[in-house]
Amino acid sequence: MVASERLRRTMMFVPGNNPGLIKDAGIFGADSIMFDLEDAVSLAEKDAARYLVYEALSRFDYGDAELVVRINGLDTPFYQNDIKAMVKAGIDVIRLPKTESAEMVQELENLVASAEQEFGREVGSTHLMAAIESAKGVVNANEIAAASDRMIGIALSAEDYTTDMKTHRYPDGQELLYARNVILHAARAAGIAAFDTVFTNLDDEEGFIRETKLIHQLGFDGKSVINPRQIPLVNQVYQPSQKEIINAQNVIMAIQAAQQKGSGVIAINGQMVDRPVVLRAERVMALAKTNHLVDQEGNNIEE
Amino acid sequence: MEIKKTALAGTLESSDVQIMVSQGTNGLEFDLVSDVAKQFGEQIQATIEDVFAAYDIHNAVIKVVDQGALDPVIKSRAITVCQRALDQVDQPRWEVL
Repeated sequence: MVASERLRRTMMFVPGNNPGLIKDAGIFGADSIMFDLEDAVSLAEKDAARYLVYEALSRFDYGDAELVVRINGLDTPFYQNDIKAMVKAGIDVIRLPKTESAEMVQELENLVASAEQEFGREVGSTHLMAAIESAKGVVNANEIAAASDRMIGIALSAEDYTTDMKTHRYPDGQELLYARNVILHAARAAGIAAFDTVFTNLDDEEGFIRETKLIHQLGFDGKSVINPRQIPLVNQVYQPSQKEIINAQNVIMAIQAAQQKGSGVIAINGQMVDRPVVLRAERVMALAKTNHLVDQEGNNIEE
Repeated sequence: MEIKKTALAGTLESSDVQIMVSQGTNGLEFDLVSDVAKQFGEQIQATIEDVFAAYDIHNAVIKVVDQGALDPVIKSRAITVCQRALDQVDQPRWEVL
């Protein structure tokens, strides 16, 4: 049901060993907060970051944000302890970097399940997501997305991917077009979320908005952000127009009227309203509510 | 438990706390530097003492430079410095977390 589906427009990266950023991470309105134990933390501080994020997750209030941790990869000595600490802390989602196969997700799932048992957490309560950062990962995106019932999403990580592809990032994003479409299709086919990559040049606001419009048009759930400043820009792009909201309200009212009459088929302005139209309308209303364009009952807020 | 080596955890950045631990013979000897020592000095010390007790460390010289760290930050840095001082970085003591 789309209406109950979580909005994931922004996933904000927070370096795992920075207490100042970690304590404030909840105040910027990111839909998801991703604490990074991997690339943002130097080798000598992996242990410190793990305990810092653990204590933060256990004690700080991050409101309704979905809490994600990017652990170190399974080829590192930190992988297993990262999993245990984050499961014990009750993290919502563990993000696996550099995912290239379904087996990697399944190995993670097994370790997560045994950690859940060890620390008395409900088995199955820890969700997973995979970052795809290589050509091999893109080629195997379908099996990765469907590798586990715990999977909630897959993300493109473009810095490593473009290096693997022997290119780099260009302003128009042509080099990412194939990977973006593959990842998006794999996610949709598996019924999970698709996250776009970060945009690293904080001074190029125009470029950031252009890229966000592109991935919004393609159908991504949202974008990874590296700075709180980028959050309102993404939300602006994902904000439905007044026309879309009115249309969605009409669709939802028509369904309610039809349900009261016991009628199965609905028409608005002579046009049949079928399931995809309803699902889109529900998503528009969810976005409108979270952007405070309508109130919680779906009524317009007067300007 | 005996301190195996002098260890350091945390940074001098805002909202962090840096804790340095070395061998001692006379209980837990604290040297605390903090702008908020007057209001929170005892609380900072108590948080660190709890962690040291959990690691069964009863003799150490503990130098603390606080930059306005909140309690969870202080606790995590204390855990890190104990693991490092005991040379147990790869074997976390899950019951202490």
